[in-house]
Amino acid sequence: MSEFLQFVFSGLTVGAVYALVALGFTIIYNASSVVNFAQGEFVMLGGMATVFIFDAGVPIWGAAALAILLTATIGILLNKLAIEPARGASVVNLIIITIGASIFLRGLAQIVFDKQIHRFPAFSGDTPFNIAGATLLPQSIWVLFGAAAVFIGLYAFFTRTLMGKAVLATANNRLAARLVGINTNFIMALSFALSAAVGATAGVLVTPITLTSYDIGVMLALKGFAAAMLGGMGNPFGALVGGLLIGLIEATTAGYLSSDYKDAAAFIVILLTLFVMPQGLFGQKSMERV
Amino acid sequence: MKLKQVVKTTTLAAAVSAMTALATPALAEVLIGSTLAITGRASFLGDPEAKTLAMLVDEINAAGGINGEPVRLIQYDDGGDPNKARTFATRLVEDDEVVAVIGGSTTGTTMAMVPIFEEAEVPFISLAGAVAIIDPVKKWVFKTPHTDRMACEKIFTDMQANGISKIGMISGTGGFGKSMRGQCMDVAGDFDIEIVADETYGPSDSDMTPQLTNIKNTDGIQAVVNPGFGQGPAIVTRNYRQLGIDLPLYQSHGVASKSFIELAGDAAEGVRLPAAALLVANNLAEDDPQKPVVMKYIEDYQTATGEPVSTFGGHAYDAFKMLAAAMETAGTTTDSAAIRYALENTSGFIGTAGVVNMSPDDHLGLDLSAFKMLEIRDGDWTIIE
Amino acid sequence: MLTRIPPRVRALLILSILILIAPMLFPSSFYYRIGTLIFINSIAVIGLVILIGYAGQISLGHAGFSGIGAYACALAPTHLGLPPFLSLILGAVISGLLAWFVGRPILRLKGHYLAVATLGLGMLISMVLNNEAQFTGGPDGMMVASLGLTKGLEGLFDVNLKTSVVWYWFAGVMVLLGAWIALNLYNSPTGRVLRSVHDSEIAAKTVGADVARYKLVAFVISAVYASIAGSMLALFNRFITPDIASFLHSVELVTMTVLGGAGSVLGGIAGATLLTALPQALTVFHEYEHVMLGLIMMLVMIFMRDGLLPTLRKTLTRRAIA
Repeated sequence: MSEFLQFVFSGLTVGAVYALVALGFTIIYNASSVVNFAQGEFVMLGGMATVFIFDAGVPIWGAAALAILLTATIGILLNKLAIEPARGASVVNLIIITIGASIFLRGLAQIVFDKQIHRFPAFSGDTPFNIAGATLLPQSIWVLFGAAAVFIGLYAFFTRTLMGKAVLATANNRLAARLVGINTNFIMALSFALSAAVGATAGVLVTPITLTSYDIGVMLALKGFAAAMLGGMGNPFGALVGGLLIGLIEATTAGYLSSDYKDAAAFIVILLTLFVMPQGLFGQKSMERV
Repeated sequence: MKLKQVVKTTTLAAAVSAMTALATPALAEVLIGSTLAITGRASFLGDPEAKTLAMLVDEINAAGGINGEPVRLIQYDDGGDPNKARTFATRLVEDDEVVAVIGGSTTGTTMAMVPIFEEAEVPFISLAGAVAIIDPVKKWVFKTPHTDRMACEKIFTDMQANGISKIGMISGTGGFGKSMRGQCMDVAGDFDIEIVADETYGPSDSDMTPQLTNIKNTDGIQAVVNPGFGQGPAIVTRNYRQLGIDLPLYQSHGVASKSFIELAGDAAEGVRLPAAALLVANNLAEDDPQKPVVMKYIEDYQTATGEPVSTFGGHAYDAFKMLAAAMETAGTTTDSAAIRYALENTSGFIGTAGVVNMSPDDHLGLDLSAFKMLEIRDGDWTIIE
Repeated sequence: MLTRIPPRVRALLILSILILIAPMLFPSSFYYRIGTLIFINSIAVIGLVILIGYAGQISLGHAGFSGIGAYACALAPTHLGLPPFLSLILGAVISGLLAWFVGRPILRLKGHYLAVATLGLGMLISMVLNNEAQFTGGPDGMMVASLGLTKGLEGLFDVNLKTSVVWYWFAGVMVLLGAWIALNLYNSPTGRVLRSVHDSEIAAKTVGADVARYKLVAFVISAVYASIAGSMLALFNRFITPDIASFLHSVELVTMTVLGGAGSVLGGIAGATLLTALPQALTVFHEYEHVMLGLIMMLVMIFMRDGLLPTLRKTLTRRAIA
C-alpha cells in the first residue's frame, strides 16, 4: 500500500507539470487555434531566468516574479513578431513557425544563460513528509497547489471577468467578437502573455525538484501536447486531467511493470483513448462545413 | 553584462577568423579537427571539451605552435547526433583536410565516425566512454577517458572490500548508462556480486521514486549503483534520500564534476564514485606526478572560462596534449602515419586521467590505478582507500 | 517551348539536369556525401508530399518508419541471412504492413489529434529500438552490412571508386524513381481523389469517394518511402542509432516538406536540400547556429506561405508577365 501511495505522489507531481504545460497549450489554442510548440521553452525560461536572477542576489520570490514577467514579455513578442504576421497561414505552417521559435529560443538561451544544469533551493526545505509509509517533498506540495491555483485562477478569469469572456468570444468567432467591439489583437497578446506566464510558473515551481537546463523544453512540450490532446484540445479541465493521468500512468508503469517502457505505456493509453474517443476525453465534437 | 560579453567575443572572433582567413595561404599551419556535442543532450560533455581545446590551441600558439608551426582548430558541433557527426567527420577529412581529429563526445557519434578515419587513415582520439571504441583495437582510433568497464570493476572492488554481494542497479537509458549497465552485468560475477534489482530511467525523466521504491523493497539488497550522466544521477540521489534509503549509493565517473554536488545538495553526502585525480587535485600528495599537471589545467581553465573544471574537459586536455606530444616526437605535423605511430607508442604521458602507456594492443593506456575511489563528505570529494 | 512539355516530364527533366550538373560545382569530394544525404532525405520527403501535400494529412511519426527500414537492413543480414538489398525490401514491406494495420484507426483522427497519434506511433517504435539493446545495440547503435555497390562496380570495371561518389549516383537515380512514381500518382485517379480529400473530406465523401481507403493508401505509400530512405541511410553510413526514429527526426522531415512547398514533389526536394545543406553553411555562425536555423524557419513560413519553391515560381512568373 505504501508503495502505491509513493507511486501516486510521484505521478501527481510530474503530472501537475504536464498539466500546466497542457494548460498553456489550451490558452493559446483557444484564442488563436495555434498549437504552440514553443510552450516547453516557456517552462525552461521561467526556471533558467529565476536561477540567474536569484544568483545575482535577488531574493527567490522577486527572482521568480521577474522571471515570470520576462517570460510573459517573450510570449507577447512571439505573438507580435511571428504569429500575427502569419495570420491566415495553414495549420502546418503555424506548427513549423512555433517549432522554429522553439529552436530559436533554445539557441538564445544557451548563449544568454549557459549549457549547464541548474537548480535553486526548494521554497520550504528538503525534509520530506512521511504519509502512511510514503514520502512527499514540501516542494511537491507547492507544485500541486500551484497547479490547482493556476487552474482555479484561469477558470475564474474566463467565466467571471469581462476580459476572460472576451477571450472566449474571440476563440468562438473572431469576426463576431470584433463586431461587438472586442479588440482581438489585444486578446491575442493577452493569451500569449498568460500562456507564457503559466509555463514560467511551472518552471519556477518545479526546478527545485526536476532541475533545469536550456534544453528541457522539447520533452515537456511533447508530454504537455499529448496531455492536452488526451484531455481534449481546448478544454482546460481536460488539460488538467490529461496531464495528471499521464503522470500517474508513467509512475505506476515504472513501479509495477517496467521502467523501460513507462513512456510507451502513456502513449499506448493515448492511442487507445483516441481510437475510442477521437476528440479526447473531454473534447467537443467539431463540425466541418462544406 | 553577459550580452555585452557575447557581442564582444563574437566581434573579436569574427575579426580573428577574418584575419586568419587572410593569413591562411602564407603560413604552414597544423590543421586539427574536432567534432563534439557542443549542444544537445550531451552538451555538458561537449561544452567543456570544446572550451578546453580552444584554450589549449591559444596557449600552444602563444608558445610558438607545434614544431614551430601555428595550430588551427576546426571545430564542429554535431549535437550528439551520429549522422551529423559522420557528416562532419567526412568534411574534416575530405574538405578541411585536417591531419588529426579529436572528438566524439559520445560513444554513438564516435562509432559512427570510426570507419571514416580508418579508411582515410587519419589519427582519431575519441573522448567517449565505452570500451567498444578500443576493444577490439582499431589502427587509427585512440581514446582518453577510462572505460565504463573499468568504472564497474573499480566500484565492485570497493564493494567486495566492504562485504557487499547483493546490489541493485538503476541506470539511465541513454548511451552511457545503457553501455555501463551492460559492462557491470558482465563483470559482476568476477567479484561475486549478484544484481538482484535492475531498474532504468529515461534521459529526461524528472522523478525516479517509483523505481527506487522497488529497489528499496527488494530483499537482501546491500548497495545501489547508478550508471548515468546529466541531471539523472542528481535526481536519483535526491530521491534516494527522500525515500530514506540508507544503503551505500555508488555513482559512476559520469557525474564527476562539482556541479553534481551542487545539484544533489545534502543528499550527495556519503555517495561514492570512481573518478580521475583531477577532481581531488588539492588532496593529491605533493610528490604525485599528476599534481602539477592537473593543478595547472584547473587554474588555466577557470581563468579562461570562469567555470569550474570537469573531468570531461580533462579528456580533451589529455587528447590534445598527447597529440601535440606525438607530433613533436614524430617530428612532423603532416605525416599521419608517423603521428599515429608516435601516439601508439605514447609512454609515461601524465594527463588528467592518469599515466598513459599505450601499445599496439592498448589504445587507451590507462589501468585501474588511474581511478581513485572518492566519497562526498561535507560537500567535497574525499579520497578513500 | 518548355511549356509544351507536360509538367511532370518537365519536373523530372529539371531534376535530372540538376543531379547531373551539381557535381561539377563540388569543391571537394565531401560534397558528394551532402548530395547523397539530400537525396536520401528527399525520398522520405516525397512520401510526405503525398501524405501532406496531396492528401492533407499530417504525421509527426514518420521517422519511426525510417527506423524500421534502417534496422531491417542492420538486423536481417545477420539474423536472417538476407542480402542487404532484400533487407531494404523487407523493411519496406514491414513498414507498409504496419502503416496499413494502424492506419485505419489512426486516420479517422483529424488535425492535431492525428498529429499526436502519429507522434505516439513514432515514439513507440523509437522506444523499442532504444530498449531492446540485445538486438539493436541500444542508443549506442550498431554496424550495418555494406550494400556492396562500390565493390561490385569496381569488380565490373576494374576501377577504384569512392563510396560517396557511387552512392551519389545511386541515390540520385532512386530520387528520380521516387519522384516519377509520385508525379504519376498526382495525375492518376487515386491522386485526384486524394487532392479532393485535401480540399474537403466531406465533399469528397458526398460525391462517393471511399475517403478512408484513399487516405490509407497515401499513408502506406508514404511509410514505404520513409522506410526506404531509412534503409538507404543505414546502408550508406554503415552504422545506425535509434536517433533515426526520434521525434526530432520526424519533425525535421515534416519541416523539410512544408518549408520547400508541401504541394509539389520539386518543392519537397527543395526543402530537403535547404535543411540538409543549411547546417553545413551555418557552422560559420558557431554558437549562433541554432538561433539562425530557428529564425530562417520562421521567416520562410511567414513570408513564403506556400513554401520556398511555389513562392519563387510565383514571383518569377509575375515578373515574366510584367
